[in-house]
Amino acid sequence: MKFGVVRFPGSCDETDALLACRRYADAEILWHGDRDLHGVDAVVVPGGFSYGDYLRVGAIARFSPVMEAVGELAASGGHVLGICNGFQVLCEAGLLPGALLPNAGRRFLCRQVGVEVVRADSPFTRVAAPGQILSIPVKHTTGRYYAPGEVLESMNAHGQIILRYAEGHNPNGSVGDVAGVSNQAGNVMGLMPHPEHAVDALTGSEDGGVIFESLARVVDAADETGIRADLVDDAA
Amino acid sequence: MKASPHRELGLTDAEYELILQKLGCDPNGLELAVFSLMWSEHCAYKHSKKLLGRLPTEGRHLLMGPGENAGAVDVGDGMAIAFKVESHNHPSAVEPFQGAATGVGGILRDVFAVGARPIAVLDSLRFGELDSPRSLYLLDGAVSGIGHYGNSIGVPTVGGEVYFEAAYEQNCLVNAMCLGIARHERLISSAAAGVGNLLVLMGARTGRDGIGGASVLASAELDAEDESKRPTVQIGDPFEEKRVMEACLELLDRGTLASLQDLGAAGLSSSSSEMASKGEVGLDIDVSAVPVREDDMEPFEIMISESQERMLAVVEPDRLAELEEVCERWEVRSSVIGSVTDTRRLRVLDGAELVGDMPVAALVDDCPLYDLEPGAPEAQIYPAPEAVLESEDPAWILPALLGSPNLASRRPLFEQYDSLVQSRTVRRPEQADAAVLQLYPESTGPGSPGIAVAIDGNGRRVACDPYTGTVEAVLECAANLACVGAEPLGLTNCLNFGNPEKPHVAWQLERSVAGMADALTELGVPVVGGNVSLYNESGGGPIYPTPVVGMVGAVPDTALAPGYGFAREGDAVALVAARGAQVSARGSELAKLAGEELPLGLNPIDVGGVREVIELVRAAARSGALSSAHDVAEGGLAVALAECTVAGGIGAVVEWDGDEDPVQLFGEGAGRFVVSGGAQAIEALGPLATRIGTVGGAALSVGPLSWEVAQLRAASEGLAAAFA
Repeated sequence: MKFGVVRFPGSCDETDALLACRRYADAEILWHGDRDLHGVDAVVVPGGFSYGDYLRVGAIARFSPVMEAVGELAASGGHVLGICNGFQVLCEAGLLPGALLPNAGRRFLCRQVGVEVVRADSPFTRVAAPGQILSIPVKHTTGRYYAPGEVLESMNAHGQIILRYAEGHNPNGSVGDVAGVSNQAGNVMGLMPHPEHAVDALTGSEDGGVIFESLARVVDAADETGIRADLVDDAA
Repeated sequence: MKASPHRELGLTDAEYELILQKLGCDPNGLELAVFSLMWSEHCAYKHSKKLLGRLPTEGRHLLMGPGENAGAVDVGDGMAIAFKVESHNHPSAVEPFQGAATGVGGILRDVFAVGARPIAVLDSLRFGELDSPRSLYLLDGAVSGIGHYGNSIGVPTVGGEVYFEAAYEQNCLVNAMCLGIARHERLISSAAAGVGNLLVLMGARTGRDGIGGASVLASAELDAEDESKRPTVQIGDPFEEKRVMEACLELLDRGTLASLQDLGAAGLSSSSSEMASKGEVGLDIDVSAVPVREDDMEPFEIMISESQERMLAVVEPDRLAELEEVCERWEVRSSVIGSVTDTRRLRVLDGAELVGDMPVAALVDDCPLYDLEPGAPEAQIYPAPEAVLESEDPAWILPALLGSPNLASRRPLFEQYDSLVQSRTVRRPEQADAAVLQLYPESTGPGSPGIAVAIDGNGRRVACDPYTGTVEAVLECAANLACVGAEPLGLTNCLNFGNPEKPHVAWQLERSVAGMADALTELGVPVVGGNVSLYNESGGGPIYPTPVVGMVGAVPDTALAPGYGFAREGDAVALVAARGAQVSARGSELAKLAGEELPLGLNPIDVGGVREVIELVRAAARSGALSSAHDVAEGGLAVALAECTVAGGIGAVVEWDGDEDPVQLFGEGAGRFVVSGGAQAIEALGPLATRIGTVGGAALSVGPLSWEVAQLRAASEGLAAAFA
């Protein structure tokens, strides 16, 4: 199992994400200008300020060559995880529903928050327990999740709300306390909290490791059986 | 230009005469502009250089001392930490967001210019009292600007400090410190080397921003017409700097560069002449090869522009292609703008035309250095603070102190900074007395070695007594490091003072440097570099003299570093105090709240005694024996206990003999710590430690006095309103 972590000009958390991935599988950096994904099994689009984010956040990065390949991977059922700026990029690219708006407080906010696992059966949360509260930091200026009412209803109906901020922990005014969402197929997820900054008790928490570990296990299981484990589990 | 253009540019008649002598002819406009900047206080340190020579600059961990873009110390295993603190006070007073942002940008460049990857930023801020709209505006702008730059470039802001005093109302202080990491062999000098090698300018285009900033802004008092100076403040672009940084670090990894220097104050003039001076060579620069933002820029403007996000490199001609390839991949502009010569002169060409020709030594070494003429004031020169204390009841005073702007929780500030990126941060802001960073985030085993860093400098204490106040600042920084078990390796300083041509400011400066030198000598800690910011005054008089010191120390096992919050029910609480440690309300936060005059003179400190207690606490902290350790500083013992309580979310019962003397509870003085741990561990600390209580419960009680933890927490949240 190998993760690829995208590096845009202006990415900041790609090395953190790479180190987090390497705790559970192989991982390498993917250069933004390279259309080739080098055979990775899953892609992480990391946090940072891609292209400076002077325009609407993520609006430029989605046009980079690597994102074309990431879109193709997602369309073929491959797993894609967007963290913070990566989440914003995936929304801009239309791979995830909704959008990220400026925080209700209008300021950058760096804070450890509680994040509740709403769906523990997704490929990104498989090793977590339903309802488990993960301690993971957020750090962003533009993290207020928004989707129109009918879109949210559809997302709820399809189980696309994967993570919510724990009660009283919503740091940015996200609608319905949404912290992380997936696409309808379930193979693309974005979240504003930074699980890559929560993989070691030494630096504050290891709760974020479940995201990387879940993905590594799902892909490994698929490699062994030739069948996607998440689909098998869902059927059962 | 006008009749005496040199005066307009801030040069004295005598300095101008000297320039004529050195040049052997009348300078043209470009040469005069370059000289005026190179001989400004900001670049030449002409009022402080003689004093700075008194500071110790030798130490067994020192790898690179003052003179380079940043100093560096050995942290073991062949790794080095480069660090430096620098001021951006005047630009921030004119435009706080960009002033603070480019302050961070500048100090980052200083660190990666020596080949180190920036891993942490700290900041030291001073503003007027928070009831002033101007202070709120400056605070908000500066904090946003620091966050904007540091967050966007992916370097964590891991610590800092802020004080609010009326003396900073017109002249806020924004000092930024950066630390970088490198293998020893990758540290690089800025000395230009190799006649025939090429001079390459990398990064942003050169514009008219910041023209004359060094002389007009940084070296003269601010006055009421500062609005008109706004165009001389630089605009920061962290995205540009991020790419420039990655390109430079990759070039250094490959060994492509012969030398590297950042462009800061006085732009190309200063960076090129300093490179030439250190390398004992000359440089030819063709300004027509410099990419500019506006076509009609004059050669002198190109030479002195302070446009941000630019670096100057020297490269052998046959490695130019490699440099260009790396720059292209990072989308960084690079232009060959000149070459290294053996002339020892800085020659400026505009295409084929020679437009300036100056001896490098005259620019860099020949600026006259002035002796200070110190005169001790007979009475305190600063007005008494406004009284805000409503009661003398200690039960009321503690929450009032905790909520006062100088002591309240800094959470509303540091939450605006990314303190986590790069996965090194083991102790975050307000978790411990110093930030703790692991050196090897890629290692996952136990016992990860690291460093600790803290920044300190209480200007009001220095205003009371420049010598003792500065000794205290150094000792407090060392005490903060001791609380996380760190042994100090080196110190960087930023001396923020008023106009040194005034006798009382000269006296403050001289006494302060003497105190710093004595304290550092006693501690055995060298100065690795720093910065001086003078002329911080306006119609309202000088700022409090504010030497800011940043200290870096080694932590053998970061996992053992205690926080300052009480951690475990039943732990013993002890006061660890230096032999003969004195406590006094003079010049304290309590005295400030009471509106008392600043005294002239503080109790002298036995530095050797404080060093002894610092070493005791450090040894205990790094052994893992302590659950918590906290330096007793502003607000005294009661505030320290309250901070341990709030941070830990758990109370304590402290025995007190019923004497509710506010001086004993809230008085200040160096050399005291509050620690907690198992009874045996506390016992083992020996005679300097006195057990005073036990951790537990939902309240802090001190003898008959008692406060709920929740009440203390609420009181400490006083700063949130400033960002509402």
